[in-house]
Parts: sequence; C-alpha cells; structure tokens
Amino acid sequence: MKNISSQSVLLTTSEIPLYAANKRSKPPVSNGVIGMLIFLVTEAMFFAALISAHMVIRAGLTEWPPWGQPRLAIETTALNSLVLLVSALLMGYSRRLLQQDKISSGRRWFGISILFGIFFLLSQGYEWVQLLEFGLTLSSSVYGGLFYLIIGAHAFHVIGALSVLIYAWNRLGSSKNPITPEAVFPLQILWYFVVCIWPVLYVLVYLS
Amino acid sequence: MSQSTSAVATDTHAEHHEELSFLYKYILPIDHKIIAMQYIFTGMIMAIVGGYFAYAFRMQLAFPGDLVPLYGLVGPGEYNMLVTNHGTIMIFWVAMPVLIAGFGNYLIPLMIGCDDMVFPRLNRLSYQIFLVSALVLILSFFVKGGGFGGAWTAYPPLSSVAEYSLTDWGASLWLLAVALEFISFLLGGINFVTTAMNARAPGMKMLDIPIAVWFIVVAVILFMASVGPLVAGAVMLFMDQRVGTTFFLPSAGGDPLLWEHLFWFFGHPEVYVVLLPTMGIVAEIITVFSRKKLFGYRTVLYTAFATGGLSFVVWAHHQFIAGIDPRMANVFTVTTVLISIPLAEMMFSYIATLYGGSIELKTPMLWALSFLAAFLIGGVTGIYLGASAMDVYFHDSYFVLAHFHYTFFPITIIGMFAALTYWFPKMFGRMMNETLGKIHFWGTFIPFNCIFLPLFFLGLAGQHRRIYNYDHFPDLATQELQDIRVFATYSLIVMIFFQLIFVYNFFHSMFKGEKATENPWKSNTLEWTTLSPPPHGNFKVLPTVYRGPYEYSVPGRDEDYWPQNEAPKKS
Repeated sequence: MKNISSQSVLLTTSEIPLYAANKRSKPPVSNGVIGMLIFLVTEAMFFAALISAHMVIRAGLTEWPPWGQPRLAIETTALNSLVLLVSALLMGYSRRLLQQDKISSGRRWFGISILFGIFFLLSQGYEWVQLLEFGLTLSSSVYGGLFYLIIGAHAFHVIGALSVLIYAWNRLGSSKNPITPEAVFPLQILWYFVVCIWPVLYVLVYLS
Repeated sequence: MSQSTSAVATDTHAEHHEELSFLYKYILPIDHKIIAMQYIFTGMIMAIVGGYFAYAFRMQLAFPGDLVPLYGLVGPGEYNMLVTNHGTIMIFWVAMPVLIAGFGNYLIPLMIGCDDMVFPRLNRLSYQIFLVSALVLILSFFVKGGGFGGAWTAYPPLSSVAEYSLTDWGASLWLLAVALEFISFLLGGINFVTTAMNARAPGMKMLDIPIAVWFIVVAVILFMASVGPLVAGAVMLFMDQRVGTTFFLPSAGGDPLLWEHLFWFFGHPEVYVVLLPTMGIVAEIITVFSRKKLFGYRTVLYTAFATGGLSFVVWAHHQFIAGIDPRMANVFTVTTVLISIPLAEMMFSYIATLYGGSIELKTPMLWALSFLAAFLIGGVTGIYLGASAMDVYFHDSYFVLAHFHYTFFPITIIGMFAALTYWFPKMFGRMMNETLGKIHFWGTFIPFNCIFLPLFFLGLAGQHRRIYNYDHFPDLATQELQDIRVFATYSLIVMIFFQLIFVYNFFHSMFKGEKATENPWKSNTLEWTTLSPPPHGNFKVLPTVYRGPYEYSVPGRDEDYWPQNEAPKKS
C-alpha cells in the first residue's frame, strides 16, 4: 500500500491501510493535523508558563531592566520580526499553491519561506553574540536569564521547525520518495505557531 | 459485515502481519499490545523498587536507628532520598505507565475496534524514551551524594542549590528523568487522542465509546494541557542547578513561589490524570459483574469533563501556608470543594449501577468495589484539606499523607490489580486462579487499611511529615504513638508478603492456567469479540458497531449481554 507517505512525515503512520479495509470513511481531519494540534496545546501552555514566569519575576523587582545590564536591540529585532511574519505569509501562499496541485511553484515559495526563517535565526544569533559581548549572560542577572530562556526557547523551536520543514521541502521535490502536500500541512501549522508566538514574546521581552 | 469486506481485511492482514523476528516482535515492537506489556511490566518492576523504598523507611520509623534487614542503616539523608523517590516512582513510573500508557495502549485500539494505534512508531519511541527515563532515575541513586532527597515536589531553593540539598548530581538526574518521562507521555498522548478520534470502528459514535477509553482520552488531554508549565519549570530549575541562573533564588531576584505555582499547576490535574483511567476501568468492571447498564452514561461522561475543567483552577490549595494572599485562598477553597461535586456524582452513578444488579463477586469485581470504598475515604478527607481554615493545621502532617494514600493507593495499586485481573484472560489467553486471587485481594485490602487508617490519627496528633526519627521530638516520641507506627509498619510487611501470592498466580496462570475463551466474562465491548490473546492486527474482520457498550440484561433477549458488534436481527 503506497499510502504510507500520505500521512505526516514526523508522525509516521501504520503501514496497515486502516481506511482501506472495511468500510471506514476518511476522517474529516487527518491524523497528522490532530496530532499536531494536540502537541501545540502543550506548546502553548509551555510558552504561557514562560510568559507568566517573566511577569511574576519582574513584578517582584523594583528596577527593570536591572542597573548595569545592556539594553536590547528593539528596532533591529522589530525589522527581524517582520521578516519572520513574511515567512509565515509565504508559507500560507505556498500551501495554497500546493493545494491547487502546483507542486513545483508551491515548493519554490515553500523554500523561500524557509530562507526567510533562516535569515531570522541568523540575525537573532548575531544579536546574541553582541549581547554576550556587552555582558548580558545567563547568570549576569535574572533579567539575562529570562531573556536567554524565553528567546532561546523560541529559537530552539525555530531550529526544530526549520529542520523538519527543510526535510519536508526536500521530499516534496524528490522523485524517488515524494510526500503529498497533505503530509506537509501539519508541519506548516507548526511553523504558523512558531511565528505567531513570536510577536507576543517580542512585546513581553523587548517592549515592556 | 459483508463477506466482501472481510475478504479485503483478511488479505491485507495476511500481507502485513507475517511472522516477525524476536527482536521486532518483543524488543522493538510497533504492535500496541506488546508496547502495552512493555509499559505494564516496566511499571510493575518500578513498583517493586518503590515498595522496597517504602519498606525501608517504614522500618526506620517503627524502629528508629536500627539496621533495616535487607537494607541497612537509614540516616536522615538516606531517609529523604527514600521518601522522595518512593513518591516519584509510584506516581510517574508506576501509576502513569501502567494505568495510562499501559492499559491505554492495550485498550484503546481493541475497544474502538481498530488494528493498531495510528502512529505506531511514535508509540514505540514513546516507550523507549520512558525506559531511558527509568534508567536515568535508577542511575541517580548511585551517583556521588546519592539520590535526590528534596521531596517529589522539589521546592527550590532546596532543590536548586547543591549546598542545600547535598545531592548535586542526584537532583539534576532526578529532574532529567522526570522531564524525559514527560516527553515520553507527550508522544504517547498525541497517539491516544488521535487514535480515539480517527480510527473508531464504523458505526461507533461518540457516545458508543466505552467509558474506559473516554476517561483515558480525557486524562491525556488534561495531561497535555497541564504538563507544559512543569516542563518550563523543570527547564528553569535545571538551569538554576547547572548553568547558574537564579530564577528561583530569592537572594538574586528570583521567586521560589513561582516554582510552586508551575509545579502544582501540573501537580493537581495530575491527580485526575491518574484517577480517571482507574475510574474508567472500574466502570467497565462493575457493569459487567452486576449485569446492568451503566447508570447515566452521559452523566458519568460529563462529570469527567467537569472534573477535568475544574482541576485547572484548584492548584493553590497545596500552597495555603506558602504565603499566598488569604483572599486567593478563599477562591481556591471554593473551587476545591466544588470539584468534589462532579466526582461525587460519578460515584453515585457507579453505586446506582450496582443497585439491583445481579452482582458476581469475582476477583476483578472485588477490586473494583474496594476501589470505590477506599477512594471514598480519600475523597471525603480531601474536603477537610481543601478548606483553607483546616488545612493551615493539617498541612504537611500525616493526615495529608494518609489522605493522599487513600486516593493514590486505590487509584494505582487497586486499579492496577482490577485491570490486570479483568483483562488477564484477554492479554494472555488464560484464566487466573480465582481462589488465589481472592486471598491476594483480602491480603492486600485489609493491610492497606491497617497501614493508612492509623496515620490519620498520627496526623491529628500533630505528627509532621518528612522527619526520619521522632525521638528528637518529645511530644511525638511517646509510647502510644510509637505503637501506632509499629502497627502500620507490620501491616506493610504483611501486605508485601501477600503480593508473593499475586506474583505466583500471575506467572503460573500465564503459562499453566485454564485456557480462556474469547469472552469469559460475557462482556459487550469489542476487545472480547476477538481471540484471546488477540493476534497481531487484533481482529480477523474489523468490527462494525451497532450499539453502546453497556447493553446488559436487555428485556426480550435470551442472553443478558449484547455485544456492540452483533448485527441487529432483520425482522
């Protein structure tokens, strides 16, 4: 049965064709999408905890940011955030093309969206290097700790999401072992989540 | 079920379910039944470790300072390590893997009539991570400084600063093990919910799903929604321990209360995460052995939803004396007392199911009934502790300890034995010995009450938890109180000895027991319509469902049960 690849890449399904046997109808929402949405509930709660930790610790201190700690690059990061948002829009555009079975152009925009994501990651990394030079480290203050914890948790998610997206991009175009646009959809949802959580973190960490 | 579909099904099974090598069948399986066994057996082995720890520290409490046979001397640090890891093991490495991961894996595909989980490889990965987490925990007992001793709640700064806890690596490995275990159940949980949503047999509507499956799904959703904050907290605590951040260190701008909130935001729903699967298992058993329809299927289901929803707004009742605002304490007192309403309603539905039924006191039924009785005591004493005015006095006393053992023991141990004795014929294709089963039941249930009932009185007498030797407290070192401690310890030893009967019965029946038929208990649910044990792929013909799972003693039928997949007669 060749429908192995019609499911998500991450959440590889049974080779047993469940819906082929018996008169089982195709479920309204695919397995991969349900699995991803449940996973994102946990992720959302994880970030909610980090956000509340930031607010609680900050509420307990009189001076924020603490004296002697470098200020964050608000403007550069704002531009950078824009790049990330554009990446999500491009991903949505690519999803539309893929749904219309325009695989090659869909895949091209998919790749461009990934490039925007990589740009975001690299420019954030450059900001980190500068901040470290200015003396903002994990243990320099609870301010620094929270910065690297929250932005780092997000960066970790960006890296993870980009890796699976690159893998999916590669397999979308492969002739030997292709996957369907439907199988890519859960990963695109993951990317929307990673992008959409960013403005919240930006406002919390940079602006407040 | 038409002939043509059965032909299709048989073909695909012949194609895909060929004989597997030992390695792929038992070590790296994707079959949900084998993964379930892996979880259940790992959980039972961990239960032995947890029970051994309980034996060691109970002996120290009864005979302070004496050498404990088969263990040695229990010093203060040693004692802390024993109680901490006893709690951690029993909740995270026994209750969770056996009840949710083990029976969830075994029952969900069988009860909803499909051939496997929808993500079998994710399922296998989930067990492998779980096994690694168990090994990391065991490793933490042997590193320099010994295992972590800061209680299963791991409050900082005791848990975050090595100079305070004296277990530099023990604390970090403990935390790592817990975090790995959560990742494992996260993967498993995704699988459970997706399978129950998408892979049900044709004809099985939402309200035809057996309560056991429903409750495991609700429990998993509770777990998924509550575990995020604890993972975040665990990352922060780990960074405090190893990287030098100060999130929980008040001297450097951190907030130790924050950890308590992150921990208990998970910790309280966790109680219902382990309770609901057992409640579901008990619902299955009492309907089968009282030959009656479950009283108020929808009520039972909706009370589970209500319990799940409320469980997210009660966590601060663990922190009444931690310095939270007294006005907040009022709010949490109200929500805590409210949560007993849906649970009481669930209990009443179960009791109403029993009322007027033709009750058969087989071993699984004894376990199920004793669960209801024991959990009732746990639930009622919980109402005292939920009220902040009383909790201020009871907090951290043995009253609390007895209360939560009256909830967790029935949930974990009684629930596990109920499920094992009930599904044993399906799992291994043989019947367990009834007489030995009943001896084991009474030999466990009576000593259980003898251990924990006296602890309520010790708590009321003011005995504080987490003290390794009461000789240093003149008010608590009296002969009367010491006699109670000795009695509880002897009861524990008696209970441990009766477990040998279970071990014998379990393994003897597995190989030498009487052969089981497909449906020895005359039950309705789908797992009993296939062979015992079910083959790889579960069903010869994937079933079609025509009715709900609890149609027992329906008037006008010859048999008193009506399997879910039996096609209605054409009249």
